[in-house]
Amino acid sequence: MEKTDVSSQVLTQLAVKIMLVIAALCLGALAPSTWAADDRDDAGARAAFLKAYPVFMHPRCLNCHPAGDAPLQGDDSLPHAQNVQRGPEGRGRYALKCANCHQAANLPGENLPPGNPKWHMPPPGMRMVFQGKSPGDLCKQLKDPAQNGGMTLEELIDHVSHDKLVLWGWDPGNGRSKPPSHVEFVDHLRTWVKKGAACPE
Amino acid sequence: MIKLKVNRKEYTVDINPETPLLWVLRENLGLTGTKFGCGMALCGACTVHLDGEAVRSCVTPVARAEGKEITTIEGLSLDSGHPLQQAWIAEDVPQCGYCMSGQIMSAAVLLRENPRPADADIDAAMAGNICRCGAYQRIRRAIHLAARIQGQGGGR
Repeated sequence: MEKTDVSSQVLTQLAVKIMLVIAALCLGALAPSTWAADDRDDAGARAAFLKAYPVFMHPRCLNCHPAGDAPLQGDDSLPHAQNVQRGPEGRGRYALKCANCHQAANLPGENLPPGNPKWHMPPPGMRMVFQGKSPGDLCKQLKDPAQNGGMTLEELIDHVSHDKLVLWGWDPGNGRSKPPSHVEFVDHLRTWVKKGAACPE
Repeated sequence: MIKLKVNRKEYTVDINPETPLLWVLRENLGLTGTKFGCGMALCGACTVHLDGEAVRSCVTPVARAEGKEITTIEGLSLDSGHPLQQAWIAEDVPQCGYCMSGQIMSAAVLLRENPRPADADIDAAMAGNICRCGAYQRIRRAIHLAARIQGQGGGR
């Protein structure tokens, strides 16, 4: 009788443990896998973000994320010729809308307008400024859905991995420099997120 | 074969789809009011409307224009009665005239989207259209006049 009680007690405890493990696994599945507490490493996250930062500051990426309302152009990031402006939707204004010159693909030859089906800059309501941002400030902006286009960190990783306009930076057409490796850039950001996405000071 | 609709008229052209629209307009369709300036989308002389937007036809592959409404200076109005055309004549804007069809096509988009443009709006719309004769002040005056003509319902 006692033996039965003990074994039933053990079984009950085992069942509770199994349920707790299952519950924990379920919760783990609901939460982003990248946020597992065990992976948190603030110093590692900051270091990874600092490795990704030069890509954001590269002219191919920064030129359409200016502090002002004119897109920038060239490796010296000068204001776009022709007084081109952001406009109400980030697609230029009046007779100077982006797609009036920028086609769906790069035009062959130097000094011709680069192209992409999605060519535009951030709209005035979500300016996503890169120019002049310190690593810490840029990091905080990228993490904030109110400033990053409403993206979770997982969506941010997907965006920098697959978005056609982001990828254009590494296929910018004749005569334009490219940012550092896209594969490494995405890896650094994945590491940053996996380690808890802490921001540099 | 590429089908184009230019100034409300339909055309079929046997042409490489990457040919710039400007070449097709001038060489195949004989619409020479639109000019070749730089060939790099820098000067605005080749501006035409594609579904109402002021595209640079020298860098626009003709394939992009298929199925869209193309309007050139010849089709902006039926009898040169567009408010901008009236204002251009009244203000005697052109000197050599080479850039003017592009200037007017750009200004037409401005007036459609902003019927009473301030000087800053004119700067924002027109800075991409270069005039080597320097007729910019007359262009500005003519756009203001065209806005008044349009406001009074005086266009055709």
